[in-house]
Amino acid sequence: MLWVMAALLPALAAGVAVFGWRALYVTLVCMLSCVVFEYASCRLLHHENSVGDASAALTGMLLGMNLPVTAPTWMCVVGSLLAIGLGKMCYGGLGGNPFNPALVGRVALFLACPKEMSFWVAPNGCALGTWVCSTLTGATPLAVLKTSATPHAAAASQGLGDLLPLFLGNIGGSLGETSALALLIGGAVLIALRIIRWQVPLVYIATVAVITGIAFLCKPLANVTLASYVGHQVLGGGLFLGAFFMATDMVTTPLSRKGAVVFALGCGVITSVIRLWGAFPEGVSFSILIMNTLTPLIDRCTAGRPFGVARTTDVEVKA
Amino acid sequence: MTTKANKFYGGVHPHEGKLSRRDAILAAPLQPLYTVPLQMHIGAPAKAVVAKGDKVLRGQVLGEAGGFVSAPVHSPTSGTVREVTTCLGVNGAQLPALVIESDGEDTECEPMPAIADWENADPKTLLKRIADAGIVGMGGAAFPTAVKLSPPPGREVDTLILNGVECEPCLTADHRLMLESPHQVVSGALIVGRILGVKRIVIAIEANKQDAIGLMREAVSGTPVDVMELRVRYPQGAEKQLIYAVTGRVVPSGKLPMDVRCVVMNVASAAACGDAVCNGRPLYERITTVTGTPLVNPRNYKFRIGTLYSTALELCGGVKEGVEVAKVISGGPMMGFSVYSLDIPVMKNTSGILLLSDEELRQFSPSACIRCGHCNDACPMELQPGILSVQIEHQKFDLAEKWHVMDCIECGCCAYICPAGRPLVQHMRRAKAVVIAARKAASAAAQGAKK
Repeated sequence: MLWVMAALLPALAAGVAVFGWRALYVTLVCMLSCVVFEYASCRLLHHENSVGDASAALTGMLLGMNLPVTAPTWMCVVGSLLAIGLGKMCYGGLGGNPFNPALVGRVALFLACPKEMSFWVAPNGCALGTWVCSTLTGATPLAVLKTSATPHAAAASQGLGDLLPLFLGNIGGSLGETSALALLIGGAVLIALRIIRWQVPLVYIATVAVITGIAFLCKPLANVTLASYVGHQVLGGGLFLGAFFMATDMVTTPLSRKGAVVFALGCGVITSVIRLWGAFPEGVSFSILIMNTLTPLIDRCTAGRPFGVARTTDVEVKA
Repeated sequence: MTTKANKFYGGVHPHEGKLSRRDAILAAPLQPLYTVPLQMHIGAPAKAVVAKGDKVLRGQVLGEAGGFVSAPVHSPTSGTVREVTTCLGVNGAQLPALVIESDGEDTECEPMPAIADWENADPKTLLKRIADAGIVGMGGAAFPTAVKLSPPPGREVDTLILNGVECEPCLTADHRLMLESPHQVVSGALIVGRILGVKRIVIAIEANKQDAIGLMREAVSGTPVDVMELRVRYPQGAEKQLIYAVTGRVVPSGKLPMDVRCVVMNVASAAACGDAVCNGRPLYERITTVTGTPLVNPRNYKFRIGTLYSTALELCGGVKEGVEVAKVISGGPMMGFSVYSLDIPVMKNTSGILLLSDEELRQFSPSACIRCGHCNDACPMELQPGILSVQIEHQKFDLAEKWHVMDCIECGCCAYICPAGRPLVQHMRRAKAVVIAARKAASAAAQGAKK
């Protein structure tokens, strides 16, 4: 848990650099509330205090990084309550929850307060040390794509710009999701430490790239190249955050390597479907939650057979 | 002939901790008393053929085999039967035992005639000798060797694998045996090979014992025996994994090595077979590693069967001053059993006595399974220890049976690797015991219904 939090630090730092100090404030409020709610639930349920395993703090950190920098304090607190209470403790605590708690909090907030949750601050003109960089709302890259996908708004596609700001994170979005570079650094650390499987982010991101790429080829937009379109799909939105830090959550994803790949593939398909044809511009959270429900089934189907059970038929005992 | 070994799935590589690998085998001095259990093997206990007060000689039969699956027990020295009693076994059960009071003479009884010309001897004669010598699997299982070497009619065995892997950390007894008596191991291998009529004999050794591999290669030159170097990976010496590594054959679930025409035997058992045939000597002593950082002198000792653990530890200089011994383990750290008393005698299958200090022993308070999947990656039987452990915690033993808990070989890789400190292998053992009991009850009920 501590390593995962450490791996999230570059992305959080990027969030602060892009959106100002309030990014840190939002994240800390979420972390603190999650820890407090976890402690309270443990007392209430007569469980042993599980705050020490740091999973609540991690949930808070992930939730905070999934919120817009403008999220009011009460929203952070309510989101944390939903994440810890509804997402985790009501299933008996760590290890029992079928859904990623941070995503439960985020999606609940997103459905309850769509306006506040889509109030994206444009990072223009941000100087280090400011509280909130800019109060202008800017469309996220994915929202631009969403509107571009309708034939009427093809003109909006001119808004598709350079990919570099997307990679570095100097764009609108949730405070921790914008910098693909920072997330990549953290993800690489987790992969190097073998805390997460490299197959998951790779398959997830590749699936999104392939499906959106095919969709683009079927219905190209004016003034947009394939590379630019796919680049925006991959680098915009919460794909990197989801692929490296949430689709790899151990509790809520399949046990085996094979299962994890199936899970990542499913997340990629659902994310693409929501982004291309769904009502929302972003589908990462929903896709991971939907695949979470399939985890037990994937586990059962990919369990494989033990040594000596399956292979007796194909390993012929030769003299 | 060298063939490449296959790699089994999973496994772990624990700290080897083989402190005594360079210590030559020492003969333990004669003790005044020996506690010789009559049940040191799987199967029926031996029936005592001596009574309290009888004079016995070294190598004399104390108890004869109590059934087909059983083994005789021989006196470790000359002296008097002081008591017919019970003693504590490794698993805490009381075992029938004889206490032999040494007369200090160590006179050997008339040995069984040596079968010098074993290369041409009738395999049945050789087999009878192995049975009479009371040889059992010395790697740990203690299954009577003569029974293992008597395949049911119609069953063919073509490969004999001698297990010199010694993948268990800390233990060095087999390693030292191969270094110091390589020819005895080879002649044992050839004798057993003759009994079974196999085409291929392989001595399998883990790559961390290069000196033993070299010596064994020299010793087998001119014989049809192969030496195979295996990668260092626990549990390389587990029967099913070893057969797969050496032959590529997979022992089907619930079946025996014989079902893939293999017999696996520990090198120490093979050496004992060689000794019994060539010198007529029954099994009344064995090499045991006494080790652990708390000991002043970790050593490999040749103990007479019946030497108490307490004596063994004294011979190694006892415990260092200022070191707290937290655990005494019979066997190695991965598969051994923690014992609560030092009044347990060295038996035919005691490969090691291991002491762990307070500092080395980490006590875990297990937390919830967070499904990290490390145990799946480590389980050499490709089971799902994490899922099984949750099922077992909820007492869903029928479900655990469906998820193949009975294929668990109890190697302990899962519990070793678990970051939540969950006692996974202990869960498996519990479930296996419950399932076996349920199966027994079911078959008893079926028998009752027939009547």
